[in-house]
Amino acid sequence: MSFIELHDVGKSYGVRNVLSGVNLTLEEGEFVSIVGASASGKTTLLKAAAGLILPDKGTITMGGEKVTDFSREASFIFQNYSLLPWLSAYENVRLAVEATFTDWSKKQHQEQAEKYLQMVGLGAAMRKRPNQLSGGMRQRVAIARAFATEPRVMFLDEPFGALDALTRGTLQQELSTLCRAAGRPVTALMITNNVDEAILLSDRILALSRGPGATLSPAVPVNLSRPRASDLLLHDEQAVRVRNRLAEFLSAGSDRNRSKPRPDLQAIAKEIPVEA
Amino acid sequence: MQNSLKTFALSLVGLFVVGGLWTFLSLNVAPDLPSPWRTWQESKIYVLNPWEKRGEMDQGIGLMTAYSLFRVAKGFFLAIAIGTPLGFLLGASPTFFKMFDPTIQLLRPISPLAWLPLGLILFRQSEPAALFTIALCSMWPTVINTMTGVRAIPQDYLNVARVLRLSPWKQFTKVWLPATLPYMFTGYRLSLGIAWLVIVAAEMLTGTPGVGGFLWQEYNSLIYSHILLSILTIGVVGFTLDRMMGFAENKLRTV
Ligand SMILES: Nc1ncnc2c1ncn2[C@@H]1O[C@H](COP(=O)(O)OP(=O)(O)OP(=O)(O)O)[C@@H](O)[C@H]1O
Ligand SMILES: [Mg+2]
Repeated sequence: MSFIELHDVGKSYGVRNVLSGVNLTLEEGEFVSIVGASASGKTTLLKAAAGLILPDKGTITMGGEKVTDFSREASFIFQNYSLLPWLSAYENVRLAVEATFTDWSKKQHQEQAEKYLQMVGLGAAMRKRPNQLSGGMRQRVAIARAFATEPRVMFLDEPFGALDALTRGTLQQELSTLCRAAGRPVTALMITNNVDEAILLSDRILALSRGPGATLSPAVPVNLSRPRASDLLLHDEQAVRVRNRLAEFLSAGSDRNRSKPRPDLQAIAKEIPVEA
Repeated sequence: MQNSLKTFALSLVGLFVVGGLWTFLSLNVAPDLPSPWRTWQESKIYVLNPWEKRGEMDQGIGLMTAYSLFRVAKGFFLAIAIGTPLGFLLGASPTFFKMFDPTIQLLRPISPLAWLPLGLILFRQSEPAALFTIALCSMWPTVINTMTGVRAIPQDYLNVARVLRLSPWKQFTKVWLPATLPYMFTGYRLSLGIAWLVIVAAEMLTGTPGVGGFLWQEYNSLIYSHILLSILTIGVVGFTLDRMMGFAENKLRTV
């Protein structure tokens, strides 16, 4: 039995059928990405997997137990950072640490929060409020907050969505490093609209077809050694194969709605992320 | 800078226009209405010695204002002490809302003049009756705004609270309260404005010393310039209170 299992999951909002027949398994320590077009139901799928929303249909289990609420061992990075604007970067992270490690001393809380903020390179800007930080810095705070609770499972919703290519690249590497440096297996499920990002970080990638009633493609494994360098992946044979496979799935998914324009991968990869 | 100077000059012009109209009315239309100059002549004793106490109802304008302000403060704090938690409950619990919203809508439009006699029957003294009336009339903007604020907390912040597994107390102090604070202060500002409106009515009816009580007494003694003095004082104090609350409100919004 796999660590996380989604079996035949379906979710509708009123008459709008967002997901139907979604199956997904994650092994412990695995990094899995889901790519898909905007508004195809990626966030809905991730929130359901995390236990933040209940599906109408199907079952979700983590470690063999049915998921009914957000797990104590999980972290979630929201699509729009979701930092509390009245707290400084440091206070945002410390709040998470305090709530997770309730038996720690005040000093331990402080040290843990500072440690992770320094890890993402925010040591100097710790006392600033989110509205005084750039988009990339806010994203770093969100990442620090997620990792500072030392989770076993990470749910990441387009964690680098609103960033420029350069910052994106830096943070992708940082995320990859953090996952490997955790000293314990970190299972991660990431949503992205950027296929290259998925290839860089994942063990397996799935494509979510365009809704309504979106389903997942079979998984495409990425058997590239780590650490991976994003510039090398561009022409790597294996990476090219993965890209093509995903493109196939994403365009096949649209056959059910012929009237709609076919989503092509280039467009999806370049799509300007929409704030939820 | 240029602009604010212009605004200030224009507001002075407006003041002069109204003053001119007042003079015109007192000279040509209503001979009983004292002109601005006569008003000043007859009431300067109250203004120039604002803290002088000559008798129960014959005191400097500073003292009178202070009595009223003190009374308003008590009623206002009573109002927000009840109104804020009530607003939170109404905003957070749909059941509670359905239960009490109709009653609140019914109580909200009742005039202070209607509550005061009830207060007098209940408490048999003018002071608590006045507080009762102020609190009951000025509470509603706080209740409604707090409720709106709680409802308007972005789902994102609630999700954060859930994902971080915050305890109920932490959820309240770190998410709900700061998210609602700007709305609460809008409510407080409006409540204070109403409290100041109500105090005049309450003092007039109960005859207690204060700006409103003074106004009513001078009406009974037919000293019209003192009525005008009271009216001007009420306006200036009300304006100042509103500005102070508005300032606090803006401070919170920029956070
Ligand atoms: N709470 C909700 N109530 C009603 N409809 C919703 C709700 N949340 C999402 N939807 C709808 O479900 C569909 C999928 O939304 P979702 O947020 O999962 O898309 P997404 O793939 O994450 O999009 P994006 O790439 O823009 O983030 C959308 O059409 C959206 O309008
Ligand atoms: Mg989304």
